[in-house]
Parts: sequence; structure tokens; C-alpha cells
Amino acid sequence: MKNVLQMAWLIPFLPLVGFLINGLGRKYLSKTLTGIIGSGVVLGSFLISLYVFFNVKHGNTHVAHYFDFVNIMSLNIGFDFQIDQLSSLFLLIITGVGFLIHVYSTAYMHEEDSKDYAKFFAYLNLFVFSMLLLVMGGNYVIMFIGWEGVGLCSYLLIGYWFKNNDYTNAAKKAFVMNRIGDLGFLLAVFWLISKLGTTDFHNVFDNVAKLSTTDITAITLLLFVGAMGKSAQIPLYTWLPDAMAGPTPVSALIHAATMVTAGIYMIARSNILYTMAPTTQAVVAIVGLATAVLAATIALKQNDIKKVLAYSTVSQLGYMFLALGVGAYTGAVFHVMTHAFFKALMFLGAGSVIHAMGGEQDMRNMGGLKKYMGITQVTFLIGCLAIAGMPPFSGFFSKDEILAHTFEKNPVLWGVGVLTAFMTAFYMFRLYAMTFLGKFRGTHEQEHHLHESPKAITIPLIILAILSLVGGLVGIPEVFMHGGHRLEAFLEPIFAGSNALVTQHHPLSHSTEYLLMGISVFGALAALLYAWNKFSKYEKTDAEETGFGKVLANKWYVDELYDTIIVKPLQSVAAFFNNVMEKKGIDGFVNGVGKAVNYGSRQIRLLQSGHVGTYVLLMVVGILILFIVQMFL
Amino acid sequence: MEIKYYIALAVALFSIGVIGVLTRRNAIIIFMCIELMLNAANLLLVAFSKMHALSPAGIANPNVVSDAQIFVFFIMVVAAAEVSVGLAIIVMMYRNIHSVDINFLNRLKN
Repeated sequence: MKNVLQMAWLIPFLPLVGFLINGLGRKYLSKTLTGIIGSGVVLGSFLISLYVFFNVKHGNTHVAHYFDFVNIMSLNIGFDFQIDQLSSLFLLIITGVGFLIHVYSTAYMHEEDSKDYAKFFAYLNLFVFSMLLLVMGGNYVIMFIGWEGVGLCSYLLIGYWFKNNDYTNAAKKAFVMNRIGDLGFLLAVFWLISKLGTTDFHNVFDNVAKLSTTDITAITLLLFVGAMGKSAQIPLYTWLPDAMAGPTPVSALIHAATMVTAGIYMIARSNILYTMAPTTQAVVAIVGLATAVLAATIALKQNDIKKVLAYSTVSQLGYMFLALGVGAYTGAVFHVMTHAFFKALMFLGAGSVIHAMGGEQDMRNMGGLKKYMGITQVTFLIGCLAIAGMPPFSGFFSKDEILAHTFEKNPVLWGVGVLTAFMTAFYMFRLYAMTFLGKFRGTHEQEHHLHESPKAITIPLIILAILSLVGGLVGIPEVFMHGGHRLEAFLEPIFAGSNALVTQHHPLSHSTEYLLMGISVFGALAALLYAWNKFSKYEKTDAEETGFGKVLANKWYVDELYDTIIVKPLQSVAAFFNNVMEKKGIDGFVNGVGKAVNYGSRQIRLLQSGHVGTYVLLMVVGILILFIVQMFL
Repeated sequence: MEIKYYIALAVALFSIGVIGVLTRRNAIIIFMCIELMLNAANLLLVAFSKMHALSPAGIANPNVVSDAQIFVFFIMVVAAAEVSVGLAIIVMMYRNIHSVDINFLNRLKN
């Protein structure tokens, strides 16, 4: 083989095979076999991804063309895979974290029927396959196939317990919200084709100078609409918290390894386009920051353990978009990576807690789990410290990088960002304290049942905890260690074009940078300790939230707002078409024809009186009419 | 004699026949009226045949055969056959309902 990267097609192919085996053989395979196949194929992909990654690290990139996907006249879209620094990094995150989630699922889903168990693993494999297709695609069209694939899989997995109506509705909501974004993505691709006649990443980025500013702004905005849907940004974010309806490993997969990072990946991939469209960048930054703040405030008052994590994901995604908006592409990708570690860790930890509590998700009924679940508690604490941005945990490095770049661009945005970071620290430790500290507030039966989870659950937690602890070390800021930001050096070829365009680059002085870090770390530490103190003594009360707290607990009433301005009018329009257009209009016409024929024939029947004289008279009249017609017409 | 007199006579006969059929209820009279209409048609056929058979100079045209006159014989034969069948029906009708009034013949209804 000329190039080892030619074997890259195996990476998405293996999960596809796993999907087919588990999906088609779900009635015949045992649970053990299903689990081994499901996890094994992802492990295989991970090993190949590792191999590919180290090849890419030595400067070996590759675009593989397999066959023509669309080939008409002037338009040629190939089924291409592009293996470079960015995609190989995402491959590692997706398959690595994905594998741990698969292993975890073998234990977490063990109480399901063997058939449903296989179905679950088939969907997980398909999810990983779609996501791999998305990041490996060599043009926007192949990317779009994966883009749609993850949308479909999220629908299938969120609605996995489809006998529950609420869960099915959550799945539908996710699908519809994603479709809105997908439309934006599709329009952007059409726009690109009409202007450049190609969707290949290489060709588009090389010919970007041929596009007018209006075109670039419109295309990037439309692509961002797609990212809004997939990565849950204002105004399309409400599906993500509802996606908690799915089994916990699914939430972990959606929030950490796949799906929501697709938007970040797509914008990081198209970084040149965005750098050339400052208007769009401003929009991205503001939407991202607004989402970060909004979601963080909502998370402050949620009592469902998974809902808090969901809003924290939305908030962290907002951070990533803020980074993309201020041009800190490396920072965004870095945060995707660290976030994948600690968010997967926390979701799986939450799953472990829910497992022990026998399905209970309300934190008000938890507390004091520390002494029952040692490993879960320690790993969860590491995850919380990481997301709160405490050094030397991974979240500190990525968040700090984003905030530093934001400060360079605009100190006001930085201020809001830091405030959000404080809120993050607060709600994460509220979650931690309410769950693991204090005394147990659940029922006796639950208390009796409490236990540490099996090894298939704790081992992924430990691995993810280690990654959350050390994952940030690939991006040590320049002030601490010269050449410490190895991720930036690794991704340099991807963002070279954008970096060249940004001319006025005046880095912050070291003292400023230390000051910024100090503010964010000590602020977060204060918020953290306050939450720790306040909620470790938490007592269950029946008092309703009042005032502003009630607004936050009800998520700013955004769902209600959407319900009023979009869902209700749509439903009344649908009801109008159903009751008036369909029943009265179309049905009325069809039934009317039948009725008219029926009535007419009943009247004409009366002519047949049986009187011979009448018949003869009618015959003569008929003949006379024929004569007259013949003569005069 | 001009053709129009024949036509006038034929039309008069035919109309009498039609009106007879429409107004009378006695089956035998209706039958006779039908014969009247047939004969009106016969009369016209003969008249037109004669008209076409003459050349403008009044000399018999050997190329014209008297198809129509032969056709009249056919009509007469058919009419005779029809009369025999028709009268037989009327006799049967009289035996059954002791009347030849057609208004009693409404058994076709339903």
C-alpha cells in the first residue's frame, strides 16, 4: 500500500458492520455476544484511528476518493474521505469516548430484553458510524450524509423507550429542531454549488477569494443555522435538555462524543470562510455567549440531575461558539476535546447514580451517596473540578484559552464569559453537593438498595477521570511553558489560512494573562465553595420557587413561548385544514358527486312510468328534436 | 304532377298516423295508424323513385333502376308479417285482460 491512510475507510466501516450484525441478528444473538460485537467494532475503529492519528502527526494527510457520488454535467461530488489533523483528532474523540460508552452500556442496559438490548447497540453503532462519516467526509455533501445520520440516530435513541409518550415527543422535538437547522446547512451547500460549482473542502477553501463578501456572509450564516440546530444554540437549543428522555449512555454519547460537536467541527473545518466574514463571526460569538449565559442561569435551578448536565452542555457549547466567533478555532476544538472527557464522565457518573437509586433522577431525593459509591463520587468530583475550570484539570486550560482570546477581542464579552464560568462552578457543585454530600433523603427501600456500580461502569469512569485530569496538558498556555501548546502546533495546518488573514495580532502581556486567569480561577473557586457549603446542608422542602428563581426553574418559559408562537398556531392551521379544507372541501366534493348522481337517478327513474303512451310520446318528441337539430344546426 | 303534392300528402298521412298513435288508446286503432305511417313512407318512396327515373326530357332513363319501388314491396311484406304478429298479440291481450286499451298494459313498470 502506498499510503497507510488508505485503510481509513475501515474506521466508519466497522461500526456499520456492527450495526448490521446487531440489527439483523437481534433475535438470535445473546446479550454477551451483542455487547462484545457492539463494543468490539468501536474498539477496532479506535485502534485504527490511533494508528491514523500518529501517521497524521508525522505530517501525512490524505484525501481518498472512492467513487463518484453525484456526477452530472459540471457538478462532480465524489464519495471522499479527508484525513487530516482536524478529522483525525475528532476520530480519536469519537471512537475513544464512544468505546467507553459502549462498554458502560453493556452493564447499564443489562436489564433490557435481549432483543431490545441488541437494538440499542445497533443504534449506538449506527450513531458512531454517522458521526465518523460526518467528520471524515471530504466535502460538504458527504458531511451532510453523516449530519443527517446523527439526527436520525438521536431520534431513534432518544425515543428508545418508545412506549412512553413523553419520550417519543422528546425524540420528535429533537428531530424537528434538527431539521430546521439542516435546512440552513442544505441551503448553504446549494449556494456554494451555484457560486463555485464544487463542495470539496480543498476546492472551496482555495477558491474562497472568488466569492463576494455578501456570498460568504450568507453562506456562513446559513451554515451556522445548521450548527445551531445540531449543536443546540439559541434559538434551537430546547431539544437537547429534552433529549434526556433517552437512556443515560445515549445522553453521554450525544453530549460528549457525537452530535452536538458536529456544529463546532463544521465551523472549525470551514474556518477560512468564517474568518472572511466578520459579520458572521460577530453573530456566532454573540449567539454563543447568549446561549452560554442563558443555559447557565437555567442550570442553577434545575433539580433533575440529567437536566443540570444537559443545560451545562448547552452552556459549554455556547463557550465553544464564542471561541469560534472570536477566531480562537484551536480553543474551540480544544474545549470540544476536554468537554468530551469530562461531560462523558459526568453523564456516565450520573447514570451510575441513577442506576444505584433505581431510576431516581431528582437530586432532592439523593444526598450522602459518597459513602456508598466511592469510585463514582471521586470520578464525578474530578469531572466537576474540570468543568469548573480549576487548575490543573483539563477544563481550566481550554476555558482559559477561550477567555483569553475573547479578552483580546472584546473585554465586555470576556466579562460575561467569566460570569458564566462562575455560574458553571456554582451549579456543578450544587449538583455534586446535593447528590453526594449531606444525608440521604430518599426512601428506605432506595437506601437499602444503594451500591457501587459494576466494573463495566466504573472502569470507563476511571479512564475518563484520568483523561479529564491530564487531557488539558496538550494545551498548556504559552505563559506557563514555551511550546507547551502542542495541540495548537498540531492543528496549525488547518487554521493556517485563517491565521494568515488576521493581521493585527497583539498578544496579551503575561501579567494581563495571569490576572485574567487569577480572576476566573478565584471567582470560580469562591462560587464552588459557596455552593459546597450551601448545598451540603440541603434539606428537602416543599416550598415552591418564587420570583426570579421560578422563572429560572421554568427555563425562562422558552418552551412555553415556542408553544404559544409556533406550535399552537401551527396546530390551529392544521386543525383548519383538517376540519374545513379536508372534511368540508375535499370530502364534500367527493361525497357531493356521489349524492348528485344518487339524487339525479332517483328523479330520472320516475320517467319510467310503464305507460306505453308516454313512451311513444317521448319517442316522437325525441325524433322531432333530432329533426330540428338536423335542419337548423 | 309535381313532387311537392306527393310530399304534402305523405306528410299529412304520416302526421295523422302519429297523432293517432299518440291520442288513441285502442290497440287496434293504434295499429292501423302505424300502418298509415308505413304507407306514407311507401308513397314517398314511390314518388321519389318515379321522379328520379325520368330524364329532364321526360324520356325513361335506362340507367336508373327502380330500387325504391322494389323496396316498397319489402316494406309491404314486412308490414304484413308485423300485422300478423301484432294482431296475435292483441288477441292474446284481449283473452287475458278482456280489453284492448293500452293503458292497461303497464306491466313493464317495476
